[in-house]
Amino acid sequence: MNMTRRQMLVLLPAAAVAWESLLAGTPESSPNYEQTQHWWGMLIDIPKCIGCGNCVRACQSENDVPDGYFRTWVERYHVTDTNLANPEVISPDGGKHGFPAAVEDSGKYFFVPKMCNHCADSPCTQVCPVGATFVGPDGVVLVDQKYCLGCAYCVQACPYGCRYIHPTKRVADKCTLCYHRITKGLTTACCEACPTGARQLVDLKNPKDPIHAFLKTHAVQVLKPQMATGAKAFYNELDGSVR
Amino acid sequence: MQGVNGFMYPNEVQLQWSVLIVLYPFITGLVAGAFILASLVRIFHVEAVRPTYRLAMLTALAFLLVAPLPLQLHLGHPERSYEMYLTPHRTSAMAMFGFVYLWYLMAVLVAEIWLDYRRDIVIMSQSATDWKRWIYRVMTLGSSNISPRALEIDDRVGWLITLVGIPSAFLLHGYVGFIFGSIKANPWWSSPLMPVVFIFSAMVSGIAAVMLLYMLSARLRKEPIDMRCVDTIARYLFYIFIIDFSLEMLDLVHRIYEADESFRSLDFMVHTRLYFSQIILQIFAGTLAPVVLLGLAQVVKLPELARKRIYGIAGSLTLIGIFAMRWNVVIGGQLFSKSFLGYTTYKMGLITREGLLMAMLLSLLPLFFLWVLAKLLPPWYQEQDAITAAG
Repeated sequence: MNMTRRQMLVLLPAAAVAWESLLAGTPESSPNYEQTQHWWGMLIDIPKCIGCGNCVRACQSENDVPDGYFRTWVERYHVTDTNLANPEVISPDGGKHGFPAAVEDSGKYFFVPKMCNHCADSPCTQVCPVGATFVGPDGVVLVDQKYCLGCAYCVQACPYGCRYIHPTKRVADKCTLCYHRITKGLTTACCEACPTGARQLVDLKNPKDPIHAFLKTHAVQVLKPQMATGAKAFYNELDGSVR
Repeated sequence: MQGVNGFMYPNEVQLQWSVLIVLYPFITGLVAGAFILASLVRIFHVEAVRPTYRLAMLTALAFLLVAPLPLQLHLGHPERSYEMYLTPHRTSAMAMFGFVYLWYLMAVLVAEIWLDYRRDIVIMSQSATDWKRWIYRVMTLGSSNISPRALEIDDRVGWLITLVGIPSAFLLHGYVGFIFGSIKANPWWSSPLMPVVFIFSAMVSGIAAVMLLYMLSARLRKEPIDMRCVDTIARYLFYIFIIDFSLEMLDLVHRIYEADESFRSLDFMVHTRLYFSQIILQIFAGTLAPVVLLGLAQVVKLPELARKRIYGIAGSLTLIGIFAMRWNVVIGGQLFSKSFLGYTTYKMGLITREGLLMAMLLSLLPLFFLWVLAKLLPPWYQEQDAITAAG
């Protein structure tokens, strides 16, 4: 390969920056992002979800989620007056490809998108023996995959079934709230792909975020409140039968 | 989906903790139980069980050496496990394992066995031949003083270590129970009784194991079994078993009577997927049958042969029952969905890293270690007399 001195001089700094970022293990950085200025969560508006599975597909392609594992998934509930305590729930392939047609009867059908609740008092981070998983100052629960032992204790401790052991990396994996995107001012892949706006990324520290007005005027609930995890996935019009 | 009934959260279908994690509490339980039996001699002066004292100590050590192996093999990144020592996460119940383990291994078991055998080691370092002489020389750690005064100090320090060892044994296994009992997300595990149940079941399994090993070794060595010794062990086994069974039943009755949101799901699981391992193996074959057999030996005057057979059968059933209990805790706790709407199946591999073959290998490994330890440090009292004569 022929290379002039000028080309060499141009390429050297670029190579140095690439090498440094490789060593640091952080190929992307967000210099303008202040962790302490945010407290992230998610608003999930159940009446708006149509069960199309766009969010699941978007998440899987954005985050390279392996087949058969889910950082987010959608469940369809079928509740009748006789099965309130034991509703019929399906989530074929995580709802990735939508759902089979519903049978018309007296019951009601609705979709419930699920994901990591990014709990403030998260039981999963509590149990990690080396602190490889943690709640960041911005309220996002993350896993340091270079540090994780792969003991799966966190998977056992999550009440919502949101974690799994990555089949090839052999470490804990979960929703990062698309951290690589939100730190750049973008929304998550699932929110972006949702055609009805059923998912909204919210920043509870931002006084201008519409979530504040929404919480005042709507019946918003979290999953399994009895677990006292400080969950930050807020569900609008959550049916009592949802687990 | 194959092997799934009802609805599971999609990430729950595959079990995270395999048969190796069943082995872990089973093995540590044997360690704690064997040590408690040994402490009966040293602290509580139950002289009748003295013939098993050294065997119990070596059994505890042999099993403790294997205890971390199933954990290591289970980890996704075993090469990072040392991080638990360097940066333990203070809020994690699991983070203390390495420290509790090392404390128990080095400060309790190894120290006590060394002090107990020191006189024999010194004598053998002088009388043994070939490579054995070198091994014993290393094992003396440079201390060859076996004057009556030195041995008296050994005995006193050994007594003190055993005294510290009893709460340490409780800590070792109670702690294992806490690892499960503190998981609030899992109603099958989450119970303050879990550490207590683990401690008593550990004592039951450890005592039964040493009793069986003693009877087996006597038979292999063609020596008479000290019936006063095994009668006493069986009596203690019976009493502790009653406490253990009462605690487990208390937990069960409490769950049934309270019948909280998880009850229907767990009850269904016990009547279907866990029926054989819980109802048949753990409760009937592994608990009620040995308790009745051991109780029979307490209240009826039976001939020696009958007692030996009863102890052999009851001891074996006990070990099966306690293994089933560990199985039901670890595997059972992962078979139902945290949505309480469905069940999955555990598919055990055969020749995989966490498969059946590995589990069998890890179960036999402590027996091999025990054989090596018994060759180096004979726990048989006749041989000790021979060593004394050689000295």
